[in-house]
Amino acid sequence: MIPTTAKLGFIPGWAVLWLFFLAAVGIFARRVVFLIRLLKLGRAENRFDNIPERLKRVLIYVFGQRRLLDEPLVGIPHVLIFYGFLVFLMSTSGMLLQGLFPFLHLPGMESNRYLAPVVDVFALLVLAGLAVSSFRRFVLRPAGLQLTWDATLVNILIASLMLTFLLVEAFRRMSSSLAGGVWVPVGNWLAGLMGSSAVLRANAALFHSLFWWAHVLIVLFFLAYLPSSKHLHLLAAPFSAFFSRLEPTGRLAAPMDQQVRLGAERLEEFTWRQLLSAFACAECGRCERACPSRQVGEPCSPRQLVHNLKEQLLRYGPDLLGHARVAADGGEPTMIGGLISAGELWGCTTCLSCSERCPVLNEHMSIMVDLRRRLVERGEVDKHLEEALRNLARYGNSFGQSERKRAVWTQALDFKPKDARKEPVEWLWYLGEYACYHPALQHITQSLARLLHAAGTNFGIVYEAERNSGNDIRRVGEEGLFELLREKNMATFKKAQFNNLFTTDPHVYNTFKNEYPDLNHGQHSVYHYSELIRDLLQHGQLKVTRSLPYRVTYHDPCYLGRYNGVYDAPRTVLRALGVDLKEMPRSRRNSLCCGGGGGRVWMEEIGEVHARPSESRVREAAALEGVQFLVVACPKDYVMFTDALKTTGLEARLAVKDLTELVAEAASVVSTT
Amino acid sequence: MNIAVLAKQVPDLVEGLEIDPNGKALDVNYLRYILSESDDHALEQALLLKEKVGGRVEVFALNQGEARDSLVAAIAKGADRAVLVDAGLDSPLNNHAAAQIFAGLLGGGLFDLILTGVRAIDDLDGSLGGLVAGSLDLPYAALIRKAEADGDGKTVIVQKEYPGGYAAELVVRLPAVLGIQAAEQPPRYVPISRLRQVMKTATVEEVSVAPPSQQPLDVTRLFKPEEGAGAVMISGDAQEAARQITSLLSERRLLR
Amino acid sequence: MRNDILVFAEHFRGTLNDITYELLGKGRELAQSLDSRLLVTVFGHEVGGLVEKLGVADQVCLVDRPELKEFASDSTKAVLEAILEDVQPRLVLLGSTSIGLELLGLISARKGVPCLDNCTRLESRDGQLVATCQIYGGKVFVEVALPEATTLVAVVPGSFPKEPGEVATKPELRNIALPAMLPEARTTFRKLLEPPPGDVDITKAPILVGVGRGIQNADNMSLAEELAAALSGVVCASRPVIDQGWLPLTRQVGKSGMTVKPKLYLAFGISGAPEHLEGMKQSELIVAVNTDPNAPIFSVAHYGAVLDALELLPLLTEEVSNQATKKAST
Repeated sequence: MIPTTAKLGFIPGWAVLWLFFLAAVGIFARRVVFLIRLLKLGRAENRFDNIPERLKRVLIYVFGQRRLLDEPLVGIPHVLIFYGFLVFLMSTSGMLLQGLFPFLHLPGMESNRYLAPVVDVFALLVLAGLAVSSFRRFVLRPAGLQLTWDATLVNILIASLMLTFLLVEAFRRMSSSLAGGVWVPVGNWLAGLMGSSAVLRANAALFHSLFWWAHVLIVLFFLAYLPSSKHLHLLAAPFSAFFSRLEPTGRLAAPMDQQVRLGAERLEEFTWRQLLSAFACAECGRCERACPSRQVGEPCSPRQLVHNLKEQLLRYGPDLLGHARVAADGGEPTMIGGLISAGELWGCTTCLSCSERCPVLNEHMSIMVDLRRRLVERGEVDKHLEEALRNLARYGNSFGQSERKRAVWTQALDFKPKDARKEPVEWLWYLGEYACYHPALQHITQSLARLLHAAGTNFGIVYEAERNSGNDIRRVGEEGLFELLREKNMATFKKAQFNNLFTTDPHVYNTFKNEYPDLNHGQHSVYHYSELIRDLLQHGQLKVTRSLPYRVTYHDPCYLGRYNGVYDAPRTVLRALGVDLKEMPRSRRNSLCCGGGGGRVWMEEIGEVHARPSESRVREAAALEGVQFLVVACPKDYVMFTDALKTTGLEARLAVKDLTELVAEAASVVSTT
Repeated sequence: MNIAVLAKQVPDLVEGLEIDPNGKALDVNYLRYILSESDDHALEQALLLKEKVGGRVEVFALNQGEARDSLVAAIAKGADRAVLVDAGLDSPLNNHAAAQIFAGLLGGGLFDLILTGVRAIDDLDGSLGGLVAGSLDLPYAALIRKAEADGDGKTVIVQKEYPGGYAAELVVRLPAVLGIQAAEQPPRYVPISRLRQVMKTATVEEVSVAPPSQQPLDVTRLFKPEEGAGAVMISGDAQEAARQITSLLSERRLLR
Repeated sequence: MRNDILVFAEHFRGTLNDITYELLGKGRELAQSLDSRLLVTVFGHEVGGLVEKLGVADQVCLVDRPELKEFASDSTKAVLEAILEDVQPRLVLLGSTSIGLELLGLISARKGVPCLDNCTRLESRDGQLVATCQIYGGKVFVEVALPEATTLVAVVPGSFPKEPGEVATKPELRNIALPAMLPEARTTFRKLLEPPPGDVDITKAPILVGVGRGIQNADNMSLAEELAAALSGVVCASRPVIDQGWLPLTRQVGKSGMTVKPKLYLAFGISGAPEHLEGMKQSELIVAVNTDPNAPIFSVAHYGAVLDALELLPLLTEEVSNQATKKAST
């Protein structure tokens, strides 16, 4: 019954199969070895630690298909196709073994009464899934999903594999009158359909053979083709998940000590894991659809970034393999200004939506930041950003104001906050430059101070010794300035006496928590003020004397939510205040960035921008019926959304409130100025 | 081409200025110094020239304020040599005295070009460039926004700014002094990582000179202009102000 | 040294610049108080006709030579030095201009005469000359008692009124012994670069809407344009806005831009750096809007408001338009 026993012309079938098999495996192996060699061009990086955790990642993200289910319309079909693939992997392997070693009479899945129906049903499920995904790709055409010959071919191959399999089943049924044959519902149904044709019945064995060969040859072709197509993600994804980053996302990879030049712009300056992103990427476009900058027309595109890295790798990698370590000046051209423009790099807000959505756990941000580091190293900095950096380097804040004015906001208070440099305090309040210097935020800062003072919280500030925490500076690629500021801040912390630290700014929170190694462990903990207020409310130090009758919505800041998983503390506080909290469609990890992160507050729009992310966001809030306030817990959000209300003309419809303002209202702290 | 750049430290206006109780000088307690902006442009112009025609750029600064930091930054940007000049005096020198010192150091045909900012915010007794040129009897052109070396290396072609958007193209015979208004491109950015590296490895030469004979100006007093004096301030919010301004314009028959 | 005052005249394309009249007016005043004479120098080629306007001076030193057709400091300096030798004035008044800036330091260092720059006020107090100069971006003023020796003083254009200096008669000609051959000029003028032809001549507009850094970005320019349209005026700007490329060079008001004297100058988000003030402080009515109550612009403005220009602009445009429609309907 195994078709390779028959002769094809003069040559035995199995010999022909062996020929094709070896050819396909050979092509496959050659290509895979080549790809691995390309990866080895990258810098070394240890991603072999903590194997159990890594295996867990593979389990959750590859086998659990977790990220794919974010978009259920395509997520479910993909799950079907994925598991169908696994099932068919076994089934087809069985078929191949039978075909290659026909005289061993190996049992195949088609004769197992439990497994055969599973494979059979999966063929249908895969076809169904393929139908939905093809409809989506070719008819609906969502952004970021390309229409390429590659994609089309892959779809055709998978479909034809399923069809040929079903036909093999059907004709097997029709050709042998196996009494008590295995029940395969779809195959049998198909056999029944074709059974009415005498021609088909008469030549069933022949057709069985035909489609058997077709199926196997298509598989072998697919095997050979796979590593050259975007379907390579099949092979690479488990590895990209396995080798994904275990460190917190809020901690950027520091440059290696042996790096001569900061950042990367050529292949050998990226790590092998960054290069692996190129192969693992399935070009699904989820990252691009999530990107706030992309949505408003900036040239920034995470998908394109990874794609361009792949282009660079495939185009220039072979040369580099050929000549051992060619000098960077000759040979491989730099990616910056070549495949990637500076504008694309400066457009990123570092909101992390892209990596958060990526099913293969690629790290778009690390590639982007390395390229930015190189731009900074070359002195090619966006003009407005440059001014901000100069101010930050000289005055410790981007506003270009004297350090001595850091604590001017305290003058409106009727008490003097403790100076943590001079006396011990329980809480060190690190405000961040926006809360200190920005005119629109002064009243909020003062309000929080009064609130905490009234609650009897033992807090202090460091007055003029405060400097920018460096979070956004690091993300624009000015690593040297980040280190300088970190050193200064750490020196201040050493001199100050405090137990724990809290801040009003999620950016400050992120970097202190994750990138200041001596700060957030054992001795001190880093909190966001919403967490502090939640605790004060829970322990009764702050009492809600007036339940607020408002309907509000809450915006999750990127650096608090997506980066550090703090979603609940602000919501707990809001509920304690008695407000009616309505969630926006894009909330929690799907929150839409205000557009100010990644140093973007210091830059101007780059492309032909038709709206700002902040405008889109306030519209989203205004679309919620009856919502009066958009509540924020980040000073940059406050500024960005207040501006957006003006530019969208929604000021009458909605107002922005910082969490502090509502707490102050509900806790009835009397302003004594 | 050998180019000398004269860099001066001036009070940083961001910190605010206070007059000393004696009323004849600035209160140094709150002063912070920064490199004069047009000197930064002069350095940039010098580096651009070096990039085009080769040569050396040497930067000189009197030891005052954050001069050493500015010199290190100059090296990080590409200057070949940085010299900190100490004249043994505490108080800042006027430009005449500074010019004497620099004339002493730069004379003798060592440099083809001497570049410095055309103006500094604390210029009282004339700008440094003109005084140095006068002392060394070198040609001087001020308010330069572009400078190109001529092929023969004996002249530079410069653009001198005039009001109303006009400019004159001049041919200047070397050696010469140029007072730079703006470099052809904004002063380049030095990444902090490179700056810190240079701080560790670079050497700033130190030179001591005899204090020059000064003829200080007879400053009788320093004062700040009365704030807002002269302007009648309109109070109220934007809507109210808009109304008041409109009626003012209407009264003066300035509206159509 | 005698007590005479010497003014260095500047001219462009056949007309004397305003600074010349300003210096002459002040020079006359000082000469009177010192009981001395006022002299003026005019350099150039084929500039004889200019002396007809210099009647306020007692004497004019006219040096008309082909080498002096276009300003080049070597030649001018040599001639001026010779005149100083001859006249031995108490005070030499120059404009703090593209020309004055070059001459000031060159002559001061070479001849060992003291000099002052950025002068905005000059007076005679009991026979002593006292100059007030602005430094630190106009945030501080310095009062200096001039030494009892020939002193060069460069004056900020617009500091003194020009009317007192405009006397259209011819003063006495004074002959100076000059060398037949001037020293070879080491700087030579090659050509004049004209600004690109602009759409509008802001020096002729009666109403100007000026914008500065406070306008924040190019998008907000439309707010100013709308107000200008409502007022039948023209938008102009300070240097930072021009440097950003948001407006062409021909709209620049200030020391290196245009000097304007419109009936109305509205300054939005302009801090008032001396370079800008120089170009507009003689406007008839100045209304300034800036978020900084200490902005130097308020020292020259007639009316001021401490507000955000971006907030006020659209409201003002609306009010002005309403006023116009009200007028039309009456």
